[in-house]
Amino acid sequence: MKVRIKLYASLAEYLPMGAVKNEADLEVCDKATPTQIILRLGLPEKMCHMVLINGVYIAPDERGSTSLAVGDHLAIWPPVAGG
Amino acid sequence: MAWAKKLLRVNLTAGTISEEALNMDWANKYLGQRGLATKYFVEEVDPKVDPLSPDNKMIMATGPLTGTCASTAGRYSVITKGALTGAIACSNSGGFFGNEMKNAGYDMVIFEGASKTPVYLFIDNDNAQLIDASDMWGTSVWDTEDKIKSDHQDPMIRVASIGISGEKGVKYACVVNDYHRAAGRSGVGTVMGSKNLKAVAIRGTKGVTVKDPVRFFEAANAGKAVLAGNPVTGEGLPAFGTQVLMNVINETGALPSQNHRDVQFDGAHAISAEAMAEPRESDGKPNLVRNAACFGCTIACGRISTIDRTHYTVAERPEYQVASGGLEYEAAWALGAATGVDDLDALTFANFICNEQGYDPISFGATVGAAMELYEIGAITDKETGGIELKFGSAKALTDLAELTGKSEGFGAEIGLGSKLLCEKYGHGELSMSVKGQEFPAYDSRGIQGMGLTYATSNRGACHLRSYTVASEVLGIPEKTDPLVHEGKAGLVKAFQDATAVFDSAGICVFTSFAWSLEDVAPQIDAACEGDWSVETLLEVGERIWNLERNFNNAAGFTAADDKLPERLMKDAAKTGPAKGLTSQLDKMLPEYYQLRGWTADGVPTNETLGRLGL
Repeated sequence: MKVRIKLYASLAEYLPMGAVKNEADLEVCDKATPTQIILRLGLPEKMCHMVLINGVYIAPDERGSTSLAVGDHLAIWPPVAGG
Repeated sequence: MAWAKKLLRVNLTAGTISEEALNMDWANKYLGQRGLATKYFVEEVDPKVDPLSPDNKMIMATGPLTGTCASTAGRYSVITKGALTGAIACSNSGGFFGNEMKNAGYDMVIFEGASKTPVYLFIDNDNAQLIDASDMWGTSVWDTEDKIKSDHQDPMIRVASIGISGEKGVKYACVVNDYHRAAGRSGVGTVMGSKNLKAVAIRGTKGVTVKDPVRFFEAANAGKAVLAGNPVTGEGLPAFGTQVLMNVINETGALPSQNHRDVQFDGAHAISAEAMAEPRESDGKPNLVRNAACFGCTIACGRISTIDRTHYTVAERPEYQVASGGLEYEAAWALGAATGVDDLDALTFANFICNEQGYDPISFGATVGAAMELYEIGAITDKETGGIELKFGSAKALTDLAELTGKSEGFGAEIGLGSKLLCEKYGHGELSMSVKGQEFPAYDSRGIQGMGLTYATSNRGACHLRSYTVASEVLGIPEKTDPLVHEGKAGLVKAFQDATAVFDSAGICVFTSFAWSLEDVAPQIDAACEGDWSVETLLEVGERIWNLERNFNNAAGFTAADDKLPERLMKDAAKTGPAKGLTSQLDKMLPEYYQLRGWTADGVPTNETLGRLGL
């Protein structure tokens, strides 16, 4: 199934080829989890501070058990702040 | 120690300047800067005063750590009754001006009365004088700062000044120092303009002493190590600045767009930190030139930017083809998402003009967004706008209005009223996205519930810098809470409000709180200042300051009825994103908040609370 991957700030360098505006579509297996995708893209796990599926925060201990559905958006940031 | 223990009182009506000893009893209860200056202000000013009357006063105040080697310790604040809000106003700024004031030997400068003619205050250590500023009236912040340095033949003078907007009464004019750092909110620059005070220029070389130098160096260095080792303050903020939030908040579904009709903006990426770093087509260079730090700061979140030289705003205007203060998140949101404009160069240009003419980009952008909705529904037409086609998404309308507002000309004079007065004037007060007359910053209170309570109860009108619960609700600092629920937010908001009042009163930047807790701050204050400054003491100081400000507002005529959000946020559910279907749950949070604060159901501190805090 296809999902949309969004990597921001210093994680942008891990985006697949062809990414536009920090986004890329990725073919993944059914019920793929954020942890599986993080490993596949080679993202340093400790830099994956904020992981959102369709804008909803996924806590670290839920990233290996939460499945994505087709068309879901998985967005990941390193530790950032502002204001 | 740490405090200079001296203030300057400047009577602009009489043209007199006098020195006074700092009230150390008050310093021990209110620390400095925001807290201590507010104490002076409420003791000396009638809460019912017209903000633009000579009877209103304006205080520029440093904190005890200002000018020391603690990280970020260059802050000062401007305290007055706000021209935009009629509430207590305290606007905090970085740069180098605060450090210079402290090094000249003053904790604060109190301005009272109003000069008959334009003047500026020049402080050269112990020598302070009012100087005629007639030849600077009608000039920008940038030209004023250049001229003062040139006249005194000293480029090291630090200047805080107002632009033409402050002279002409734009309700949200700022005090701008060091060209592009600003005490930005609530119209403190408007008050300064009403006093015919064009600028304050300072050269200070005396140094700042602390109580226990060895312990202070150890505490300050420990604090710096915490900042350097924290991924947010050590890596994220210096590299990407606050603008990294644009995509975060949009993805979270809490990015107010087009006057808060929507909670997500299609053009968010185009105006984000990531876009600022992308090479542009015309010259292969990115918008972002480099980051920048204020005095003593080891974070350096500031942005220095250029505009594409082929862009319509600057193609024929080489004076703007330079590197200058770039977009911070709040400004980029207001100038962009709030207006539906996704042209990064247009936003950067508007931001330059806000700095040059000295007015708040948050209130300006949000007011333009409100005007665009008024235009869309036909409440205003080309007749009122002077022919400006004021459609959502129009970069040209935004940049035209930026220039007009800066000089308070044409329809810009109406934009300068702020959204509340503008929307009321045209019969649609409900379209002003504001609290106590001040426009919201960049977080939608349907998608981040704690921010609704933050805005409603902020003592200076809608503001993110009074309790930044975004840190917890979105960013997971210090721990993650769910942004979509209202449970637990009353306590969260109170905790953030009290702690922030301490940071704002110490002379340090609130951004250190992304890495520091009061456990990191207390040892620095305790080593620098006489007295016992434990975490518990500081928390009590923070709560005392909050109640002091609240009391002033209550006496000024504000009531619990003013602790409210616009109907749009309470009745129109978010249309997209995680908050889809949600409205703000303010009505569920507010009673609990009052209870936690020790206030009556009408939002008034009880005698027991006032007694406990020594108020």
